[in-house]
Amino acid sequence: MTGTDQIAKNPSPNPATDVHAHGEVVIDAVSKSYMIGPVHEQVLENCSLTLAAGKLTVLIGPSGCGKSTLINILAGYETAESGTIAIDGEPIKGPSSDRLVVFQETALFPWMTTWQNIVYGPQVQRRRSRSDIETEASRLLDRVGLRDFRNKYPSQLSGGMQRRAELARAMINEPRLMLLDEPFRGLDAMTRELMQEYFVRLYEEKQQTVLFVTSEIDEAIFLADTLVLMSNKPGQVIKTIDIELPRPRSVQILTSNAYLRYKEQALEILHEEALKAFAGGSKSAADFVEAYEREQESQQ
Amino acid sequence: MNVIKVRKALLSKTVLRGFFSVGGLIVLWQIAASMKLPGFTAVPTPIEVWGVLADSISQAKFWDHWAASFARVLSGFIAAQIIGIPLGLFMAMSRTFYATSFPLLEIMRPIPPLAWVPASIIFWPTTEASIAFVIFLGAFFTVVINVIGSARNIDVRYLRAAQSLGSRPMDIFLRIILPAVLPGIFIGMAVGMGITWEVVVAAEMIAGKSGLGYLTWSSYVGGNYPQIIIGMISIGIAGYISSSLIRLLGHYVTPWQRTS
Repeated sequence: MTGTDQIAKNPSPNPATDVHAHGEVVIDAVSKSYMIGPVHEQVLENCSLTLAAGKLTVLIGPSGCGKSTLINILAGYETAESGTIAIDGEPIKGPSSDRLVVFQETALFPWMTTWQNIVYGPQVQRRRSRSDIETEASRLLDRVGLRDFRNKYPSQLSGGMQRRAELARAMINEPRLMLLDEPFRGLDAMTRELMQEYFVRLYEEKQQTVLFVTSEIDEAIFLADTLVLMSNKPGQVIKTIDIELPRPRSVQILTSNAYLRYKEQALEILHEEALKAFAGGSKSAADFVEAYEREQESQQ
Repeated sequence: MNVIKVRKALLSKTVLRGFFSVGGLIVLWQIAASMKLPGFTAVPTPIEVWGVLADSISQAKFWDHWAASFARVLSGFIAAQIIGIPLGLFMAMSRTFYATSFPLLEIMRPIPPLAWVPASIIFWPTTEASIAFVIFLGAFFTVVINVIGSARNIDVRYLRAAQSLGSRPMDIFLRIILPAVLPGIFIGMAVGMGITWEVVVAAEMIAGKSGLGYLTWSSYVGGNYPQIIIGMISIGIAGYISSSLIRLLGHYVTPWQRTS
Protein backbone atom coordinates (compact mmCIF):
# COMPACT_ATOMS: atom_id res chain seq x y z
CA MET A 1 0.00 0.00 0.00
CA THR A 2 1.49 3.32 -1.04
CA GLY A 3 0.35 6.87 -1.47
CA THR A 4 1.94 10.18 -0.58
CA ASP A 5 -1.48 11.69 -0.10
CA GLN A 6 -1.96 9.91 3.19
CA ILE A 7 -1.74 12.77 5.60
CA ALA A 8 -1.87 12.40 9.34
CA LYS A 9 -4.76 14.10 11.02
CA ASN A 10 -5.11 14.46 14.76
CA PRO A 11 -6.07 10.94 15.72
CA SER A 12 -7.72 11.87 18.98
CA PRO A 13 -8.47 15.49 19.77
CA ASN A 14 -6.68 16.25 22.99
CA PRO A 15 -7.76 19.28 25.04
CA ALA A 16 -4.11 20.09 25.83
CA THR A 17 -3.22 20.51 22.18
CA ASP A 18 -6.06 22.92 21.64
CA VAL A 19 -4.50 25.27 24.15
CA HIS A 20 -1.16 25.19 22.33
CA ALA A 21 -2.74 24.93 18.93
CA HIS A 22 0.41 25.99 17.13
CA GLY A 23 3.28 24.30 15.43
CA GLU A 24 1.50 22.58 12.58
CA VAL A 25 4.09 21.75 9.94
CA VAL A 26 3.13 21.14 6.34
CA ILE A 27 5.76 19.58 4.12
CA ASP A 28 4.55 19.73 0.55
CA ALA A 29 6.19 17.86 -2.33
CA VAL A 30 9.76 18.41 -1.18
CA SER A 31 12.54 17.10 -3.43
CA LYS A 32 16.26 17.09 -2.92
CA SER A 33 19.16 15.49 -4.75
CA TYR A 34 22.91 15.48 -4.40
CA MET A 35 25.74 15.08 -6.80
CA ILE A 36 27.97 12.42 -5.32
CA GLY A 37 30.94 12.65 -7.63
CA PRO A 38 29.49 12.11 -11.10
CA VAL A 39 26.39 10.33 -9.74
CA HIS A 40 23.19 12.25 -9.39
CA GLU A 41 21.35 10.86 -6.42
CA GLN A 42 17.72 11.69 -5.74
CA VAL A 43 17.38 11.60 -1.95
CA LEU A 44 13.86 12.96 -1.51
CA GLU A 45 11.21 13.00 -4.19
CA ASN A 46 7.87 14.67 -3.78
CA CYS A 47 7.92 14.00 -0.10
CA SER A 48 4.73 15.26 1.53
CA LEU A 49 3.84 15.05 5.17
CA THR A 50 1.91 17.00 7.75
CA LEU A 51 3.05 17.13 11.35
CA ALA A 52 0.01 17.76 13.51
CA ALA A 53 0.40 20.56 16.05
CA GLY A 54 1.49 19.33 19.45
CA LYS A 55 1.83 15.76 18.25
CA LEU A 56 4.78 13.44 18.24
CA THR A 57 5.42 12.13 14.74
CA VAL A 58 7.98 9.39 14.34
CA LEU A 59 9.65 8.85 11.00
CA ILE A 60 11.01 5.40 10.34
CA GLY A 61 12.55 3.95 7.23
CA PRO A 62 15.55 2.12 5.85
CA SER A 63 18.94 3.72 6.40
CA GLY A 64 19.83 6.21 3.72
CA CYS A 65 16.20 6.96 2.86
CA GLY A 66 16.71 10.69 3.27
CA LYS A 67 15.47 11.02 6.83
CA SER A 68 18.44 13.10 7.90
CA THR A 69 18.16 15.22 4.78
CA LEU A 70 14.55 15.98 5.61
CA ILE A 71 15.61 16.97 9.15
CA ASN A 72 18.32 19.25 7.77
CA ILE A 73 15.86 20.93 5.43
CA LEU A 74 13.33 21.42 8.22
CA ALA A 75 16.06 22.86 10.45
CA GLY A 76 17.04 25.25 7.68
CA TYR A 77 20.59 23.93 7.25
CA GLU A 78 19.82 22.85 3.70
CA THR A 79 17.27 24.04 1.18
CA ALA A 80 14.87 21.94 -0.83
CA GLU A 81 15.12 22.01 -4.61
CA SER A 82 11.41 22.10 -4.96
CA GLY A 83 8.38 21.97 -2.73
CA THR A 84 7.51 24.06 0.31
CA ILE A 85 7.58 23.73 4.06
CA ALA A 86 5.44 25.92 6.28
CA ILE A 87 4.94 26.15 10.03
CA ASP A 88 1.51 27.52 10.93
CA GLY A 89 1.25 28.79 7.40
CA GLU A 90 4.58 30.65 7.35
CA PRO A 91 7.23 29.29 5.01
CA ILE A 92 10.50 28.45 6.80
CA LYS A 93 13.66 30.40 6.13
CA GLY A 94 17.10 29.40 7.40
CA PRO A 95 17.94 28.10 10.90
CA SER A 96 15.86 29.44 13.76
CA SER A 97 15.19 28.76 17.41
CA ASP A 98 11.66 27.96 16.21
CA ARG A 99 12.91 24.62 14.94
CA LEU A 100 15.55 22.94 17.07
CA VAL A 101 17.51 19.83 16.29
CA VAL A 102 18.84 17.23 18.66
CA PHE A 103 21.56 15.51 16.71
CA GLN A 104 22.64 11.90 16.36
CA GLU A 105 25.86 12.72 18.13
CA THR A 106 25.77 15.21 20.89
CA ALA A 107 26.43 18.77 19.80
CA LEU A 108 26.68 20.15 23.32
CA PHE A 109 29.33 22.83 23.42
CA PRO A 110 32.31 21.14 25.09
CA TRP A 111 33.56 24.42 26.58
CA MET A 112 30.34 25.08 28.48
CA THR A 113 29.02 23.32 31.56
CA THR A 114 25.66 21.56 31.46
CA TRP A 115 24.06 24.66 32.92
CA GLN A 116 25.75 27.05 30.50
CA ASN A 117 24.71 24.85 27.60
CA ILE A 118 21.08 24.85 28.69
CA VAL A 119 20.79 28.59 29.26
CA TYR A 120 22.74 29.46 26.10
CA GLY A 121 19.73 29.66 23.78
CA PRO A 122 17.55 31.98 25.87
CA GLN A 123 20.63 34.07 26.73
CA VAL A 124 21.56 34.81 23.13
CA GLN A 125 17.92 35.33 22.13
CA ARG A 126 17.68 38.08 24.76
CA ARG A 127 13.92 37.83 25.07
CA ARG A 128 13.41 36.49 28.56
CA SER A 129 14.53 37.86 31.89
CA ARG A 130 17.46 36.28 33.63
CA SER A 131 15.45 34.96 36.57
CA ASP A 132 12.88 33.53 34.20
CA ILE A 133 15.60 31.68 32.29
CA GLU A 134 17.20 30.38 35.47
CA THR A 135 13.93 29.11 36.92
CA GLU A 136 13.09 27.26 33.74
CA ALA A 137 16.62 25.86 33.39
CA SER A 138 16.57 24.57 36.97
CA ARG A 139 13.22 22.93 36.41
CA LEU A 140 14.42 21.23 33.23
CA LEU A 141 17.65 20.10 34.89
CA ASP A 142 15.56 18.38 37.54
CA ARG A 143 13.28 16.86 34.95
CA VAL A 144 16.17 15.27 33.09
CA GLY A 145 17.87 14.19 36.32
CA LEU A 146 20.99 16.30 35.93
CA ARG A 147 20.68 18.56 38.95
CA ASP A 148 23.95 17.27 40.42
CA PHE A 149 25.75 17.64 37.11
CA ARG A 150 24.95 21.25 36.33
CA ASN A 151 28.54 22.37 36.70
CA LYS A 152 30.08 19.46 34.83
CA TYR A 153 31.41 19.71 31.31
CA PRO A 154 29.96 17.45 28.61
CA SER A 155 33.11 15.32 28.61
CA GLN A 156 32.39 14.52 32.26
CA LEU A 157 28.89 13.24 31.50
CA SER A 158 27.92 9.75 30.37
CA GLY A 159 26.45 9.26 26.91
CA GLY A 160 22.92 9.13 28.30
CA MET A 161 23.41 12.27 30.37
CA GLN A 162 24.74 14.11 27.35
CA ARG A 163 21.60 13.31 25.35
CA ARG A 164 19.40 14.43 28.22
CA ALA A 165 21.34 17.68 28.59
CA GLU A 166 20.89 18.18 24.89
CA LEU A 167 17.14 17.59 25.16
CA ALA A 168 16.96 20.19 27.92
CA ARG A 169 19.02 22.65 25.90
CA ALA A 170 16.55 22.37 23.03
CA MET A 171 13.36 22.29 25.10
CA ILE A 172 14.08 25.41 27.12
CA ASN A 173 13.58 27.40 23.91
CA GLU A 174 10.05 26.08 23.50
CA PRO A 175 10.48 25.65 19.76
CA ARG A 176 7.41 25.28 17.62
CA LEU A 177 9.03 22.17 16.19
CA MET A 178 11.52 19.83 17.83
CA LEU A 179 13.56 17.72 15.44
CA LEU A 180 15.29 14.64 16.75
CA ASP A 181 17.57 12.78 14.39
CA GLU A 182 18.15 9.33 15.90
CA PRO A 183 19.00 11.02 19.18
CA PHE A 184 19.50 7.81 21.15
CA ARG A 185 21.55 5.97 18.59
CA GLY A 186 24.74 4.50 19.92
CA LEU A 187 23.48 4.13 23.49
CA ASP A 188 23.28 0.69 25.03
CA ALA A 189 19.82 -0.91 25.21
CA MET A 190 19.15 -0.15 28.88
CA THR A 191 20.21 3.48 28.61
CA ARG A 192 18.19 3.82 25.46
CA GLU A 193 15.05 2.64 27.22
CA LEU A 194 15.68 5.09 30.02
CA MET A 195 16.13 7.91 27.50
CA GLN A 196 12.87 7.02 25.82
CA GLU A 197 11.07 7.24 29.13
CA TYR A 198 12.65 10.59 29.96
CA PHE A 199 11.77 11.85 26.55
CA VAL A 200 8.18 10.65 26.58
CA ARG A 201 7.67 12.33 29.99
CA LEU A 202 9.11 15.61 28.73
CA TYR A 203 6.97 15.45 25.63
CA GLU A 204 3.77 14.65 27.48
CA GLU A 205 4.38 17.59 29.76
CA LYS A 206 5.02 20.14 27.00
CA GLN A 207 3.15 18.76 23.99
CA GLN A 208 5.32 20.51 21.46
CA THR A 209 5.24 19.39 17.85
CA VAL A 210 7.98 16.80 17.47
CA LEU A 211 9.48 15.00 14.52
CA PHE A 212 11.49 12.05 15.77
CA VAL A 213 13.58 10.05 13.35
CA THR A 214 14.62 6.53 14.28
CA SER A 215 15.39 3.17 12.77
CA GLU A 216 14.17 1.27 15.83
CA ILE A 217 10.62 0.01 15.48
CA ASP A 218 10.00 -0.43 19.23
CA GLU A 219 11.23 3.04 20.00
CA ALA A 220 9.08 4.39 17.18
CA ILE A 221 5.80 2.87 18.35
CA PHE A 222 6.46 3.53 22.02
CA LEU A 223 6.87 7.25 21.38
CA ALA A 224 4.61 8.01 18.44
CA ASP A 225 1.24 9.59 18.04
CA THR A 226 1.73 9.13 14.34
CA LEU A 227 4.12 6.69 12.74
CA VAL A 228 5.34 7.64 9.29
CA LEU A 229 6.99 4.94 7.19
CA MET A 230 9.37 6.12 4.53
CA SER A 231 10.42 4.34 1.38
CA ASN A 232 13.92 3.63 0.27
CA LYS A 233 15.69 6.25 -1.86
CA PRO A 234 14.23 8.42 -3.26
CA GLY A 235 12.50 9.01 0.06
CA GLN A 236 8.74 9.26 0.03
CA VAL A 237 6.08 8.65 2.62
CA ILE A 238 4.57 5.25 2.00
CA LYS A 239 2.25 4.97 4.95
CA THR A 240 1.21 6.79 8.06
CA ILE A 241 -0.20 4.89 10.99
CA ASP A 242 -1.95 6.60 13.89
CA ILE A 243 -0.77 5.00 17.09
CA GLU A 244 -3.72 5.17 19.44
CA LEU A 245 -2.06 3.91 22.57
CA PRO A 246 -3.01 5.72 25.77
CA ARG A 247 -0.85 8.46 27.27
CA PRO A 248 0.99 8.76 29.56
CA ARG A 249 2.91 5.91 28.03
CA SER A 250 4.86 3.45 30.10
CA VAL A 251 6.96 0.45 29.21
CA GLN A 252 4.04 -1.86 30.02
CA ILE A 253 2.45 -1.03 26.69
CA LEU A 254 5.34 -2.78 24.95
CA THR A 255 3.66 -6.08 25.82
CA SER A 256 0.09 -5.05 25.02
CA ASN A 257 -1.76 -6.62 22.12
CA ALA A 258 -2.50 -3.29 20.51
CA TYR A 259 1.21 -2.54 20.53
CA LEU A 260 2.10 -5.86 18.96
CA ARG A 261 -0.47 -5.35 16.20
CA TYR A 262 1.02 -1.97 15.34
CA LYS A 263 4.46 -3.49 15.27
CA GLU A 264 3.39 -6.33 13.01
CA GLN A 265 1.66 -3.94 10.65
CA ALA A 266 4.68 -1.65 10.45
CA LEU A 267 7.17 -4.47 10.03
CA GLU A 268 5.17 -5.95 7.19
CA ILE A 269 5.30 -2.71 5.25
CA LEU A 270 8.97 -2.21 6.02
CA HIS A 271 9.62 -5.76 4.88
CA GLU A 272 7.92 -5.13 1.57
CA GLU A 273 9.97 -1.99 1.18
CA ALA A 274 13.19 -3.79 2.11
CA LEU A 275 12.47 -6.47 -0.48
CA LYS A 276 12.23 -3.77 -3.14
CA ALA A 277 15.43 -2.18 -1.91
CA PHE A 278 17.12 -5.56 -1.83
CA ALA A 279 16.10 -6.15 -5.42
CA GLY A 280 17.65 -2.76 -6.15
CA GLY A 281 20.94 -3.91 -4.64
CA SER A 282 20.85 -2.48 -1.11
CA LYS A 283 22.96 -4.53 1.30
CA SER A 284 21.46 -3.14 4.49
CA ALA A 285 18.04 -4.16 3.18
CA ALA A 286 19.28 -7.75 2.94
CA ASP A 287 19.96 -7.82 6.66
CA PHE A 288 16.49 -6.54 7.41
CA VAL A 289 14.83 -9.06 5.11
CA GLU A 290 16.74 -11.92 6.70
CA ALA A 291 15.98 -10.79 10.24
CA TYR A 292 12.29 -10.32 9.43
CA GLU A 293 11.90 -13.72 7.80
CA ARG A 294 13.65 -15.50 10.62
CA GLU A 295 11.34 -13.86 13.14
CA GLN A 296 8.27 -14.85 11.12
CA GLU A 297 9.48 -18.46 11.07
CA SER A 298 10.09 -18.51 14.81
CA GLN A 299 6.56 -17.29 15.45
CA GLN A 300 4.98 -20.11 13.47
CA MET B 1 46.12 18.06 54.34
CA ASN B 2 48.02 19.89 51.62
CA VAL B 3 51.35 18.90 53.16
CA ILE B 4 50.38 15.25 52.75
CA LYS B 5 49.35 15.89 49.17
CA VAL B 6 52.65 17.61 48.40
CA ARG B 7 54.67 14.86 50.04
CA LYS B 8 52.69 12.23 48.16
CA ALA B 9 53.24 14.06 44.89
CA LEU B 10 56.97 14.38 45.56
CA LEU B 11 57.33 10.71 46.35
CA SER B 12 55.24 9.52 43.44
CA LYS B 13 56.81 7.12 40.98
CA THR B 14 56.77 9.67 38.19
CA VAL B 15 58.76 12.17 40.21
CA LEU B 16 61.20 9.53 41.45
CA ARG B 17 61.78 8.36 37.91
CA GLY B 18 62.45 11.93 36.87
CA PHE B 19 65.06 12.29 39.61
CA PHE B 20 66.55 8.97 38.62
CA SER B 21 67.05 9.98 34.98
CA VAL B 22 68.46 13.41 35.79
CA GLY B 23 70.66 12.00 38.57
CA GLY B 24 71.82 9.14 36.32
CA LEU B 25 72.87 11.60 33.65
CA ILE B 26 74.92 13.62 36.16
CA VAL B 27 76.62 10.46 37.46
CA LEU B 28 77.49 9.28 33.93
CA TRP B 29 78.81 12.71 33.10
CA GLN B 30 80.96 12.73 36.24
CA ILE B 31 82.41 9.32 35.39
CA ALA B 32 83.05 10.21 31.75
CA ALA B 33 84.63 13.57 32.52
CA SER B 34 86.84 12.37 35.40
CA MET B 35 88.05 9.38 33.35
CA LYS B 36 88.79 11.75 30.43
CA LEU B 37 86.96 9.51 27.99
CA PRO B 38 87.35 10.49 24.31
CA GLY B 39 85.48 13.73 23.69
CA PHE B 40 85.36 14.53 27.38
CA THR B 41 88.96 15.64 27.76
CA ALA B 42 88.10 19.33 28.04
CA VAL B 43 84.68 18.90 29.63
CA PRO B 44 84.51 20.00 33.25
CA THR B 45 83.04 17.53 35.75
CA PRO B 46 79.71 18.20 37.46
CA ILE B 47 81.59 18.84 40.67
CA GLU B 48 83.67 21.56 39.01
CA VAL B 49 80.54 23.06 37.49
CA TRP B 50 78.89 23.01 40.89
CA GLY B 51 81.79 24.93 42.35
CA VAL B 52 81.54 27.64 39.71
CA LEU B 53 77.76 27.66 39.92
CA ALA B 54 77.78 28.75 43.57
CA ASP B 55 79.96 31.66 42.54
CA SER B 56 77.87 32.55 39.48
CA ILE B 57 74.49 32.63 41.10
CA SER B 58 75.72 34.93 43.84
CA GLN B 59 76.53 37.56 41.22
CA ALA B 60 73.83 39.99 40.14
CA LYS B 61 75.22 39.92 36.60
CA PHE B 62 74.26 36.28 36.17
CA TRP B 63 70.64 37.10 36.96
CA ASP B 64 70.77 40.09 34.64
CA HIS B 65 71.46 37.64 31.82
CA TRP B 66 68.41 35.64 32.84
CA ALA B 67 66.29 38.76 33.01
CA ALA B 68 67.54 40.00 29.63
CA SER B 69 66.66 36.74 27.88
CA PHE B 70 63.29 36.46 29.60
CA ALA B 71 62.41 40.04 28.71
CA ARG B 72 63.24 39.41 25.05
CA VAL B 73 61.35 36.14 24.93
CA LEU B 74 58.30 37.63 26.59
CA SER B 75 58.12 40.75 24.48
CA GLY B 76 58.60 38.88 21.19
CA PHE B 77 56.23 36.14 22.25
CA ILE B 78 53.48 38.45 23.45
CA ALA B 79 53.75 40.58 20.32
CA ALA B 80 53.41 37.41 18.24
CA GLN B 81 50.19 36.47 20.10
CA ILE B 82 48.71 39.96 19.89
CA ILE B 83 49.26 40.16 16.16
CA GLY B 84 49.09 36.46 15.27
CA ILE B 85 45.84 35.39 16.98
CA PRO B 86 43.55 38.04 15.45
CA LEU B 87 45.29 37.66 12.09
CA GLY B 88 44.78 33.88 12.16
CA LEU B 89 41.11 34.26 13.12
CA PHE B 90 40.54 36.82 10.42
CA MET B 91 42.26 34.64 7.83
CA ALA B 92 40.09 31.70 8.87
CA MET B 93 36.88 33.70 8.57
CA SER B 94 37.39 35.75 5.43
CA ARG B 95 37.91 33.86 2.21
CA THR B 96 39.11 36.92 0.33
CA PHE B 97 41.61 37.87 2.97
CA TYR B 98 42.81 34.28 3.19
CA ALA B 99 43.36 34.06 -0.56
CA THR B 100 45.33 37.32 -0.50
CA SER B 101 47.47 36.72 2.54
CA PHE B 102 48.07 32.99 2.62
CA PRO B 103 50.63 32.80 -0.24
CA LEU B 104 52.63 35.58 1.39
CA LEU B 105 52.56 33.77 4.71
CA GLU B 106 53.61 30.51 3.12
CA ILE B 107 56.62 32.08 1.40
CA MET B 108 57.78 33.82 4.57
CA ARG B 109 57.16 30.89 6.89
CA PRO B 110 59.89 28.48 5.71
CA ILE B 111 62.60 31.16 6.13
CA PRO B 112 64.29 30.24 9.44
CA PRO B 113 64.08 33.10 11.93
CA LEU B 114 67.87 33.20 12.14
CA ALA B 115 68.13 33.87 8.43
CA TRP B 116 66.33 37.12 9.23
CA VAL B 117 69.10 38.30 11.54
CA PRO B 118 71.26 40.17 9.00
CA ALA B 119 68.31 41.83 7.27
CA SER B 120 66.81 42.63 10.64
CA ILE B 121 69.98 44.30 11.89
CA ILE B 122 70.13 46.43 8.75
CA PHE B 123 66.47 47.37 8.96
CA TRP B 124 65.98 48.10 12.65
CA PRO B 125 67.76 51.04 14.26
CA THR B 126 69.02 49.12 17.32
CA THR B 127 70.34 45.61 17.84
CA GLU B 128 67.83 45.11 20.61
CA ALA B 129 64.95 45.88 18.24
CA SER B 130 66.35 43.52 15.62
CA ILE B 131 66.64 40.66 18.14
CA ALA B 132 63.08 41.33 19.32
CA PHE B 133 61.87 41.20 15.74
CA VAL B 134 63.57 37.88 15.04
CA ILE B 135 62.06 36.41 18.20
CA PHE B 136 58.68 37.71 17.19
CA LEU B 137 58.98 35.95 13.83
CA GLY B 138 59.94 32.70 15.54
CA ALA B 139 56.61 32.51 17.39
CA PHE B 140 54.42 34.40 14.93
CA PHE B 141 54.05 31.86 12.11
CA THR B 142 53.38 28.97 14.46
CA VAL B 143 50.65 30.96 16.14
CA VAL B 144 48.97 32.01 12.90
CA ILE B 145 49.03 28.53 11.40
CA ASN B 146 47.62 26.95 14.57
CA VAL B 147 44.82 29.48 14.85
CA ILE B 148 43.81 29.06 11.21
CA GLY B 149 43.91 25.28 11.57
CA SER B 150 41.79 25.12 14.69
CA ALA B 151 39.32 27.73 13.47
CA ARG B 152 38.76 25.81 10.27
CA ASN B 153 38.33 22.54 12.11
CA ILE B 154 35.45 23.71 14.27
CA ASP B 155 32.81 21.02 14.05
CA VAL B 156 29.93 22.21 11.87
CA ARG B 157 27.49 20.75 14.42
CA TYR B 158 28.50 23.41 16.94
CA LEU B 159 28.01 26.19 14.45
CA ARG B 160 24.64 24.79 13.36
CA ALA B 161 23.49 24.32 16.92
CA ALA B 162 24.58 27.86 17.76
CA GLN B 163 22.72 29.23 14.75
CA SER B 164 19.58 27.30 15.57
CA LEU B 165 19.65 28.46 19.17
CA GLY B 166 19.39 32.03 17.91
CA SER B 167 22.98 33.31 18.18
CA ARG B 168 23.92 36.63 16.68
CA PRO B 169 27.22 36.77 14.78
CA MET B 170 28.90 38.31 17.82
CA ASP B 171 27.68 35.44 20.05
CA ILE B 172 28.99 32.92 17.57
CA PHE B 173 32.36 34.62 17.53
CA LEU B 174 32.74 35.14 21.27
CA ARG B 175 31.06 32.06 22.65
CA ILE B 176 31.61 29.44 19.96
CA ILE B 177 34.56 30.22 17.70
CA LEU B 178 36.84 31.74 20.33
CA PRO B 179 36.53 28.95 22.90
CA ALA B 180 36.71 26.36 20.14
CA VAL B 181 40.08 27.66 18.96
CA LEU B 182 41.54 28.22 22.45
CA PRO B 183 43.04 24.72 22.77
CA GLY B 184 44.66 25.20 19.36
CA ILE B 185 45.97 28.59 20.42
CA PHE B 186 47.62 27.01 23.43
CA ILE B 187 49.22 24.29 21.34
CA GLY B 188 50.56 27.03 19.08
CA MET B 189 51.80 28.90 22.16
CA ALA B 190 53.62 25.88 23.56
CA VAL B 191 55.35 25.17 20.24
CA GLY B 192 55.99 28.89 19.67
CA MET B 193 57.55 29.22 23.11
CA GLY B 194 60.04 26.46 22.31
CA ILE B 195 61.00 28.13 19.04
CA THR B 196 61.30 31.48 20.81
CA TRP B 197 63.96 30.16 23.18
CA GLU B 198 65.92 28.60 20.34
CA VAL B 199 65.83 31.87 18.49
CA VAL B 200 66.68 34.12 21.41
CA VAL B 201 69.76 32.12 22.34
CA ALA B 202 71.07 32.04 18.78
CA ALA B 203 70.33 35.71 18.24
CA GLU B 204 72.15 36.63 21.45
CA MET B 205 75.13 34.60 20.37
CA ILE B 206 75.29 36.47 17.06
CA ALA B 207 74.39 39.98 18.05
CA GLY B 208 73.75 40.25 21.78
CA LYS B 209 75.58 42.00 24.60
CA SER B 210 73.58 40.23 27.29
CA GLY B 211 71.35 37.23 27.90
CA LEU B 212 71.86 33.52 28.48
CA GLY B 213 72.92 32.90 24.87
CA TYR B 214 75.52 35.65 25.16
CA LEU B 215 76.67 34.24 28.53
CA THR B 216 77.20 30.80 27.02
CA TRP B 217 79.06 32.06 23.96
CA SER B 218 81.25 34.59 25.84
CA SER B 219 82.18 31.87 28.36
CA TYR B 220 83.43 29.80 25.44
CA VAL B 221 85.34 32.72 24.00
CA GLY B 222 86.80 33.51 27.44
CA GLY B 223 87.72 29.87 28.11
CA ASN B 224 85.46 29.52 31.16
CA TYR B 225 84.23 26.01 30.39
CA PRO B 226 82.19 25.30 33.52
CA GLN B 227 80.27 28.52 32.82
CA ILE B 228 79.33 27.21 29.33
CA ILE B 229 77.55 24.36 31.03
CA ILE B 230 75.91 26.68 33.53
CA GLY B 231 74.67 28.78 30.60
CA MET B 232 73.29 25.71 28.83
CA ILE B 233 71.52 24.37 31.89
CA SER B 234 70.11 27.83 32.57
CA ILE B 235 68.63 27.93 29.07
CA GLY B 236 67.12 24.48 29.61
CA ILE B 237 65.57 25.49 32.91
CA ALA B 238 64.33 28.81 31.54
CA GLY B 239 62.65 27.03 28.62
CA TYR B 240 61.08 24.52 30.97
CA ILE B 241 59.73 27.26 33.23
CA SER B 242 58.27 29.09 30.22
CA SER B 243 56.48 26.08 28.79
CA SER B 244 55.19 25.11 32.26
CA LEU B 245 53.73 28.59 32.61
CA ILE B 246 51.98 28.20 29.24
CA ARG B 247 50.58 24.83 30.29
CA LEU B 248 49.41 26.25 33.59
CA LEU B 249 47.72 29.16 31.83
CA GLY B 250 46.10 26.76 29.36
CA HIS B 251 44.90 24.65 32.25
CA TYR B 252 43.03 27.60 33.73
CA VAL B 253 41.75 29.10 30.51
CA THR B 254 40.40 25.84 29.03
CA PRO B 255 39.05 24.00 32.08
CA TRP B 256 36.90 21.70 29.95
CA GLN B 257 40.03 20.12 28.52
CA ARG B 258 41.17 18.81 31.87
CA THR B 259 38.69 16.00 31.94
CA SER B 260 38.78 14.56 28.48
